[in-house]
Amino acid sequence: MKPLINSLPETVFTTKVDDILNWGRASSQWYMLFGLACCAIELMQTGGPRADLDRFGAVPRATPRQSDLMIVAGTLTYKMAKRTKLLYDQMPDPKYVISMGSCSNCGGLFQLAYSVCKGVDKIIPVDVYVPGCPPRPEALTEGLLRIQDKMMSERWLVKPSRPAEARAEV
Amino acid sequence: MNETAQTQSGFYTEDMTISVGPQHPSTHGVLRFVVKTDGEVISEAIPDVGYLHRSIEKIGEKVTYHGYVPYTDRADYLAAMFANQAFCMAAEKLAGTEVTRRGEFCRVIACELNRLASHLISVGTFGQDIGAMTPFVHALRERETINNLMEEICGARLTYNYIRIGGVGYDIFPETCTKIGEFLIHFGPIVDEFNRLLSGNKIFIERLAGVAVVSKEDALSYNLVGPNLRGAGIKWDIRRDIPYSLYPELDFEVPIGTAHVGKLGDSFDRYWVRIREMQESCKIVRQCLQMMPKGPAISKVPRKFRPPVGECYARVEAPRGDMGFYVVSDGSEYPYRVRIRTGSYTAMSIIDKLSKGIMLADLIALIGSLDVDAPEIDR
Amino acid sequence: MDAQEIFATLEKQFAGKVGNFKGEVFEPYLSVDGAAIVEVCRFLRDGAGMNFAVLSDLTALDWPKEEKIQVVYHLFSYAHKHQIVLKVDLPRDNPKIATVEGVWKVANWFEREVYDLFGVIFEGHSDLRRIMLPEDWLGYPLRKDYVEQEEYDGISTQRAPLVEKLLR
Repeated sequence: MKPLINSLPETVFTTKVDDILNWGRASSQWYMLFGLACCAIELMQTGGPRADLDRFGAVPRATPRQSDLMIVAGTLTYKMAKRTKLLYDQMPDPKYVISMGSCSNCGGLFQLAYSVCKGVDKIIPVDVYVPGCPPRPEALTEGLLRIQDKMMSERWLVKPSRPAEARAEV
Repeated sequence: MNETAQTQSGFYTEDMTISVGPQHPSTHGVLRFVVKTDGEVISEAIPDVGYLHRSIEKIGEKVTYHGYVPYTDRADYLAAMFANQAFCMAAEKLAGTEVTRRGEFCRVIACELNRLASHLISVGTFGQDIGAMTPFVHALRERETINNLMEEICGARLTYNYIRIGGVGYDIFPETCTKIGEFLIHFGPIVDEFNRLLSGNKIFIERLAGVAVVSKEDALSYNLVGPNLRGAGIKWDIRRDIPYSLYPELDFEVPIGTAHVGKLGDSFDRYWVRIREMQESCKIVRQCLQMMPKGPAISKVPRKFRPPVGECYARVEAPRGDMGFYVVSDGSEYPYRVRIRTGSYTAMSIIDKLSKGIMLADLIALIGSLDVDAPEIDR
Repeated sequence: MDAQEIFATLEKQFAGKVGNFKGEVFEPYLSVDGAAIVEVCRFLRDGAGMNFAVLSDLTALDWPKEEKIQVVYHLFSYAHKHQIVLKVDLPRDNPKIATVEGVWKVANWFEREVYDLFGVIFEGHSDLRRIMLPEDWLGYPLRKDYVEQEEYDGISTQRAPLVEKLLR
């Protein structure tokens, strides 16, 4: 029996449904503008002309209802923590979080402060941590590409008889 | 709370209380306004701040003088050099340290380039709040060049930690001076481009002329500083009136609001002062590059910096106004109290008064024209 | 006018309520009685030759060894380019003082911050509530004997052990 691929014209390609779904999601990550502090300025510069995030399909959205990526850029204070959780809950699934900068990774240089939450992962689950104070645009772009890799490795269609997880570990 | 009213045209409206922020693309950081409106006209807009309170003043009591300089960067990250300079001036005044001549030149060049970068962001985001998307991208493009120059000078793009007690951290190389000269030649026509895109634009003028007028008495009573004060018509600039560093030897003008469109003290005047200040900053950097002497960039300062008992208040003219550092020393190597007084904090206090009776879109224009900045308010 | 002349004029007008002038420091200051602060400020703002139209700063210093909280007023005049610093001593366990909101409107926000971080009550203030910290925060952080809460709103404030050693 001849293999299927050679009998089809060149304009048709075969792939797995998982791959094409993930390719669509990874190439159009819409991030929510959640710039809190200094890292927000570097986030704006990364979306600017030199290091362009739009070429990866990532456009900024102001509302969490239309975004699937939340870039927490800046210091999280206790006063802001409840609102951060609310915004995270308002995002539709599947959603991802990038923690940008030292302040949202672990509290940054504000360890001695009384009003700073030492890390955004005390409140919401984080997928990628980008170090820096503030991180260069190249570093944030690398973080975005890691989220793309994470998205590409997820499996959505599994056989119902197997008790498998929907997402594979990277 | 839920009252319906009939406006003059016979249209029924309802009073509502809405919350603008803290996550909002145009509140210049995490600020929140509780706005009471009937849908379009605001009856009260109360600011709610503190979402970025990082306790920088308390940390000043726990780290040494040298170690506090990176924290001053974060007190206003768009004008980090000025906060560094103000703190170092206060510490130097307390201890009687001299700053080297070349160090002063490096400080002024770095500070005026930072003023350009800060005003570019201010003008760019102001245009974006009004609805003009293009000047924002142009401003970011120019800012990239300034960021590259800053990286050559001190290694960082945003939070510099460059101005240290006694001078500056690193010397500026002659190649960098050449590049700064080339950038200034390139930047002159860019301001004209901004004028063509924004300042001469009929829609921009109609949105801003006569909106949120600040009178001279209010500007003094509410302690507005910087371009907000100069836009109201009062000619006051720390560089000219309480001179520090090299400014007595430099030749530059202090622009004030002229009301050539609209009324004196409206949003357009404050914006126009910022555009003119960008041109004056270019003049200052050009003069400094020509007059720069040779010598050490920093004077000898002991590692355990222990100023005598006393207190001191140092002011600089930051892009958002007069930034003052009040440092109280008790003779040990940790300050007893560091107090940062910024221009945006007092600018927020006038928003409640100015926002009665304007429309919701004008509130966004008002916040942008006052150029408030969340880290300066909350520290 | 220099600081010595300003003090002399004030002493003539408000004898007994001002004192302790120190002129040979970087920022010449004088002490004012807590009960007379509003009239002294009004005189400084409107008096001939004074014209202190601007309240540059209103802050506080905490001196636990001397059991006092000092409220500091920095006044500046654009017309005459002179400045003066007023200091008011308040008892640490019950710091209360009248508000100068009627003299300079910016004092509204400055006093709210001093209330939030030091606990000084300003009598007559139109809206005295916390400004920087959340409404349900306990304690006044900028006092020297402030101890942090264990957790706030379900989030623990504990740090890594290495950092705990640095907290003096």
